[in-house]
Amino acid sequence: MTTLSERLAIRAPEDIVRVRQIVRTKAAAAGLSIVDQTKIITAASEIARNTLDYGGGGEVEVEGVADQSRVGVRLTFRDQGPGIADVEQALRDDYTTGGGLGLGLGGAKRLCSEFRIDSKPGVGTTVVLARWK
Amino acid sequence: MDRIPILKFGYSLLVTIQVDMHDQLAMTLQDDLTSRLVKERARGVLIDISALEIVDSFMGRVLNNIAAMAKILDAVTVVVGMRPAVAITLVELGLDLPGVKTALNVERGMDLIRASVEDLSAADDDAE
Ligand SMILES: Nc1ncnc2c1ncn2[C@@H]1O[C@H](COP(=O)(O)OP(=O)(O)OP(=O)(O)O)[C@@H](O)[C@H]1O
Ligand SMILES: [Mg+2]
Repeated sequence: MTTLSERLAIRAPEDIVRVRQIVRTKAAAAGLSIVDQTKIITAASEIARNTLDYGGGGEVEVEGVADQSRVGVRLTFRDQGPGIADVEQALRDDYTTGGGLGLGLGGAKRLCSEFRIDSKPGVGTTVVLARWK
Repeated sequence: MDRIPILKFGYSLLVTIQVDMHDQLAMTLQDDLTSRLVKERARGVLIDISALEIVDSFMGRVLNNIAAMAKILDAVTVVVGMRPAVAITLVELGLDLPGVKTALNVERGMDLIRASVEDLSAADDDAE
């Protein structure tokens, strides 16, 4: 069963703060430990910033998930930006085109139980993050 | 709030981060700290992050920048009160804070600044 999902637009830096807050609320409601909450909030913050900075803005859907096999939260970030030509390269730590540390994608992947990225040049990018109890 | 207050305490600057900062607020703090360091000729920067629930790569970069700037201006940077869950997450994220010293709380952080300033002035005396 998936509990009510919430959508949030990511259009401005303040929205990254809002994403962190809503993910914290959902993760706590799902009963994730403090460490797991911290991990998924941090991962969400990274991907929300990428959505804003590189994707030109977009949205996130935040779901609380509770079924027989797993309990936790799932986040789906979508943008209609330029996309990523070489996803494997983008995932590498230290790879950045924006003067960052290049840690966002690789770090988010390490911090989550599930990580999926689907990107097409000229079409956009979707990143799915989940953290299960 | 559009600015984080910076207090002067002895030869140190003290910052307590009490809100979840958006990126621009963090950048403003970085700039404000740099100009205050110059103006006050402070020798230490103590940043209390005990209220922070997460430190992501952006915030980590800001902390690293503050420490690098402080170092050039002959001051040490100590971050205090990092939550255990934040420390664990930083390691998994892969973020290093090379120039940043850490301490358990404000008191220990102040001790650390005092010790390093005394070390530095002893070294200066030797050099003369
Ligand atoms: N939504 C996106 N749309 C287009 N390109 C993206 C997107 N997300 C990431 N990228 C590309 O992948 C690269 C790596 O992203 P990653 O988050 O790992 O590092 P960064 O954002 O450059 O630095 P950091 O996250 O450490 O500040 C980015 O520099 C950018 O080129
Ligand atoms: Mg990033």
